[in-house]
Formats: sequence, structure tokens, C-alpha cells
Amino acid sequence: MIQKLPAKKMVITGDYAAAYGALLCDVDVVAAYPITPQTLIVEEFSTFVNDGITDAEFIMVESEHSAMSACIAAQAAGARTFTATSSQGLALMHEMLFVASGLRLPIVMPVVNRTVAAPIGIWCEHNDSMPQRDAGWIQMACEDNQEVLDMIIMAYKIGEHKDVLLPVMPCLDAFILSHTVEPVEAPSSDEVADFIGEYKPHAVLDPDKPMAIGTFTPPEYIQELRYQTHEAMKKAKEVIKNVTKDFASKFGRDYYGLVEEYRCDDAEVVLITVGTVTGTAREVVDKLRQEGKKVGLVKSRFYRPFPAEEVKKIAENVEAIGVYDRAISYGSGGPLFIETRNALYGMDVPVINFLAGLGGRDVVTGDVEKMYEILLENKGKKPAKEIYWIGTRGVSI
Amino acid sequence: MNIKDLPEESLFTPGHTACAGCAAPAIVRNMMKIFGKDTIVYTPANCLLVFSGTYPHLAWKVPYLHEAFENTGACISGVARAYRRKGRKVLVVGFAGDGGTYDIGIQALSGAAERNEDAIYVCYDNEAYMNTGIQRSGATPYGASTTTTPAGRKIPGKLEHKKDMAEIMRAHEIPYVATLSISHPKDFLEKVKKAKETEGFRYLHVLSPCPTGWRFDPSKTIEMARKAVDSGMWTLYEAEYGEITNIYKPKKKIPVEEYIKGQGRFRHFTPEMIEELQRWVDRKWERLYGEKP
Ligand SMILES: Cc1ncc(C[n+]2csc(CCOP(=O)(O)OP(=O)(O)O)c2C)c(N)n1
Ligand code: SF4
Ligand SMILES: [Mg+2]
Repeated sequence: MIQKLPAKKMVITGDYAAAYGALLCDVDVVAAYPITPQTLIVEEFSTFVNDGITDAEFIMVESEHSAMSACIAAQAAGARTFTATSSQGLALMHEMLFVASGLRLPIVMPVVNRTVAAPIGIWCEHNDSMPQRDAGWIQMACEDNQEVLDMIIMAYKIGEHKDVLLPVMPCLDAFILSHTVEPVEAPSSDEVADFIGEYKPHAVLDPDKPMAIGTFTPPEYIQELRYQTHEAMKKAKEVIKNVTKDFASKFGRDYYGLVEEYRCDDAEVVLITVGTVTGTAREVVDKLRQEGKKVGLVKSRFYRPFPAEEVKKIAENVEAIGVYDRAISYGSGGPLFIETRNALYGMDVPVINFLAGLGGRDVVTGDVEKMYEILLENKGKKPAKEIYWIGTRGVSI
Repeated sequence: MNIKDLPEESLFTPGHTACAGCAAPAIVRNMMKIFGKDTIVYTPANCLLVFSGTYPHLAWKVPYLHEAFENTGACISGVARAYRRKGRKVLVVGFAGDGGTYDIGIQALSGAAERNEDAIYVCYDNEAYMNTGIQRSGATPYGASTTTTPAGRKIPGKLEHKKDMAEIMRAHEIPYVATLSISHPKDFLEKVKKAKETEGFRYLHVLSPCPTGWRFDPSKTIEMARKAVDSGMWTLYEAEYGEITNIYKPKKKIPVEEYIKGQGRFRHFTPEMIEELQRWVDRKWERLYGEKP
């Protein structure tokens, strides 16, 4: 870094928070390609470079496939790297996502969640990041811009941990966060440097110590690598818990490990949410609580690794669980729902899926109230219906 | 520069599994002797990847990376930038096949060239996708029989001519473009040395005769390369910032028929097909030398 950055309060967009987070983490190489609504991240970072705030190398590549390819190569050469994308861009990168995790390179890439064509749309949907589930990336969802900044910082610390060494994808909702300004507290660059430490790569392309990285490998060796990556993803849970704890003690903001519970203590039904809908749901919970209804909220921050233990523990004490999804696995249900039901296998509690906000449609308090209403109706019952399409023309509830 | 001036030590060792008579190992070994040990190599998916580095056997004595097939331009950019950020001078070289260059990799290559990344891109051109079983590429010459352009009863091989990739790269106005052939070792080595000494994006394009895919006797590799040059099928030149600065003209131009006759991929050629291929050579000749052959 060329300039030291003092701690400060800013009123910024989610995209700015992502770019500023990367700046604070003193990344060495950035390779990126613009796509709405991620564009601001690329533009802001270009400004940091051209204004001489950082001496990071910025490769303005000709596609997202090349962005990820260049980040992988730079990271394999020992650099800390950063990129960002959305939707079609992430889909175009798909092949390279597996290479990043397969080589165990802790690249950090915010994904601004946007609808994937067809039909083409630019608004919020999680059908871009969630189908990347099996690519070996840690996936975290953010609720507000403060969380975006904090998650970028934590992403480097989690991904670079020697027990993890996996790439990390902090996700933020298109426009609702990416283009909306909110007050955000940023730590100083010295504090961040102290928190994440220096990047010490485990394998580097270096003429003084020649080694081959990623070469053609026969079946005798690959299965063990798959196992190690699986174990690393599982170990990431412990690391995440420790990192959020350290972050809380250093910066005063606690993210409580993998999931965050809101008024769940004596709740009869809980709703699991992802992304910005969480804020709306919090308001609804407060209102319903005032009416004497015992409802709670679980904010699922991590999709990979999935907090199965935490979800199970919550399920032990409730009579119905709802899962909100902004993505759909056609013919099956929402990805978070499928994951939750899998975690709760063998338990009696009814699990109900709510699909809303697809294609970027607003999810309003009335929609979330409807979800809780359905959950309360199904308390302790075998639900007649598992999947509800909220606010969908031509589909009755 | 001559072969006897090259260092003894091989950074690309004989412990590889290329077919007998394959030109690619000779190309890579001799280039590596000039590039030296402060080199980092990237190879996309191709024959070279498989025959030089099937874990745990490695022919490379320099650091070596593989990521995917279509991204050589982006990968050498990433390594070069990481080292620029460290403030350490290394030579970054990508060795891609014709498929990884002409077809699926042209976008990443063009992007890296346009950004004038400080790296060397080598295309070893065996005129088809050999690694996957001899399918046609944009580099396959007119009429050649490949597994996806078989010489059939109705369609006699590939209907289209070879794309002029070196000219596409010349149009990028990069610091250095050169076409090479192992049949002309002095010229070959001088161009490699020049590439090493130049800064910015450098593109080296070598014809790489492949006895397996072209179906010729493996003892005839150098002869094939020489006949390609002498017939005008392959033209040796250098260009700096888009201007041709040096071009080799065969003393006696041989007809394409002489080049194709020892190769199984052209065995089905009719006189009309030979004429069509000759017309292509003559057009290229006129364009590059500014005069009729
Ligand atoms: C995205 C992608 N598509 C297809 C392939 C399959 N593939 C691997 S190597 C190859 C052909 C390589 O041809 P070329 O670049 O000419 O190198 P050669 O094997 O001829 O030396 C193909 C099609 C792949 N690895 N990745
Ligand atoms: S198929 Fe051709 S290019 Fe590939 S190793 Fe054999 S001779 Fe060389
Ligand atoms: Mg080839």
C-alpha cells in the first residue's frame, strides 16, 4: 500500500464497501471485468489505483473467464488477489472456480447477486452464486453495507487460514446493497493489516524453488485431494467462528459465527433467511412479537460451509421451520431449503420453503408476514404443501 | 547464434512421453535453453501438458502452471503482474497449441497482446487438436483429413483454408512477432533470443510437424518442416510494432504437391484440390512478398 488509511465513518454503496475492503486488505493483484451491478467495484478500485492510493496491479482483462484465470495465476505466483463479478460473469467463470479451489488458492471475490438470463435482467436473485455450490468456494451472504466491508476483511482471514486455504465469495444483493448508500465504519489500514496478517502462500511459482502446480494428474492421486478439500471446508466452520470472535473483540461488531439468531429463544416457529430480506424479516418479527406470536428469525450467513449443526440445534426447540429462498433449483425447490431439509433428516419438524423476490421483485413486510402466518398454521403438522410461491401471479397460496 | 552456442543444461529434460518424431519437445527444449532458469512456464491443455507433466513425472526444471485450455493469455498476464508487483524480474512464457491459440484461446491472447503484458506467448502449431485425437482446428490446412473433417465420399476433408494467426498478431502492433521453423535452427535461435531480450508482449509461432496426426514417417520431421517453408506453406518472418522487419524467401520455391505427398492427411487429394491449395499459397506469397511467385 502506498498510503495509510485512517479509521473513518463513510456513507457508501455496497460496491464501494467491497472495493474499499480490498484496498484495506492491501491486495497485490486485481483482475476484473465490468458487469452491472458489480461495475462500481471495478470503477472504484481503478480510481484507487490511478489516484496512487495503492500500488496494486490492476489487470483490465477482456472477460470474466480471464479475470479468474489471471487471479489464479497471480495467486499461484504468491500474490494476494481480488476480483468481483455478477450473474453472467460468474457463469462465464464457472470453469475456473474449480481451479481456484482445486489449487487451494484463497482468492476473494464479492459476487453482486443478479438474475441469470434468460430472460435477461439485472436485479437481485441468488441464482448466480448458489448454483456454484459445489465449486469449492466458501459462500457468505451479507445483509448490509457494513457487513460487506467486514466480510471482505474476514474473507481473507478465513480463506488464508492454514486449515482452510479456500477461495471465498462474499455475496451482496444487487442494487439493494450494491447501489444504495448506508453509513459504514471502516477500520484503519494498520488495524486491518494487523488483523489479517501477511499472506504466506503454501506453494509458489518461484524459479528458485521450481515446482509444478495443477499439472495432469492420474486417478492414483486425485481422490485424496478431493477428500482434503472436503475436510478443509468442514474445518472452515471452526475457523469462521474464531474469526468472527476475533473480529468482534478487535472492531466491536459481532457476527456470531455461521448463523445469527434473532428472538429465537422461546420461538415456536422460525424463518431462515438469506441476504437483505433479513432486515425486512427482523421488522416483521418485532411486529408479530408485539402481537404475542412466538416467532423467531435465523439469518443464514454461510451457504458453504453449510451450518447444519446450528440449524439442527435450532430445529430441536421449534414446531415449524421456514426457509426463504431467492433462487430455485427447478423441479426441486430453493437451494437453502434443500440444504436445510438435508440437515434435518430424521427430525420430525415440518420444513416449508418460501420463494419470493425472484428476478429482483421486491419482498415487502406483507410477504414475510404471510410466510410466518403459514408457518404458524403448520406448527407441528405434516405440511400439506412444502413450497410456497409468494406474490406470484397465477399461483394461489 | 548457433546450436553449439547453447548451454549444455536442459531445463526441459528427455523424460517425457511425446511420440517418436514429435517436433514439440525439440521446440520447447531449445527455447528453454535460451530462456534460462529464471523462467515461469504456463501450459494450457494440449499434447505438451500431457507428455511433459503427468504427475508425478515432470520434464520441467522450471516452475510450471496449468489452469485450463482457453486462457493462456490471461494466465501469463497474472504471473507477470504478480512478479511486477514483487519487483522481481522473471521471464513468463506460455506454450500453447494451435487449438489453444487460433480457436478457444484467441480472446485471452488478443486481450493480453492489446494490454502489452510483459510475457512471451509461444504457439506450437501442429495444425489440429492432437491431444484429443486429431480433430480440425482453425490452423488445419485446406483439404487435410482429420477425425472431424474425414476425407469422406461426399466431403473430401477440411473445406476451409488455414487462418493466418501470425498476421492477426501482427495487427496487434505488439513489440515482437516471429514465425519459426525447426528446419532453420540459426534463424530459430536468433528469434528466440530476440524475443527474450525484448520487453512487452512477444508472440512466437512455430510450425510443429506431428508424425501421428499428419501421418508421416517419424524420421522425416525436419524434412517436413523444411518443405513447408520451401513451398510457402509456412513463411518465416519477424515483425516489430506491426511492421515486417525481416522476411525469409526460399531460394527455390517448391510446389505444394511436393510438401503434401509424404503426408497421410493429404493422401486423398485430387489434382483440383492440389490446385486450390497452391492458389492459397500463391495468394499468401503475393501478400507477404509484394510480388507474384
Ligand atoms: C474448455 C475445454 N474444451 C475442450 C477441452 C478438450 N481439449 C483438451 S486439449 C484439446 C486440443 C488441444 O489442441 P491444441 O491446442 O492444438 O494442442 P495439441 O494437443 O494439438 O498439441 C482439447 C479440445 C478442454 N480441455 N477444455
Ligand atoms: S500427437 Fe503429434 S503433437 Fe502430440 S505428441 Fe504425438 S507427435 Fe507430438
Ligand atoms: Mg494442435
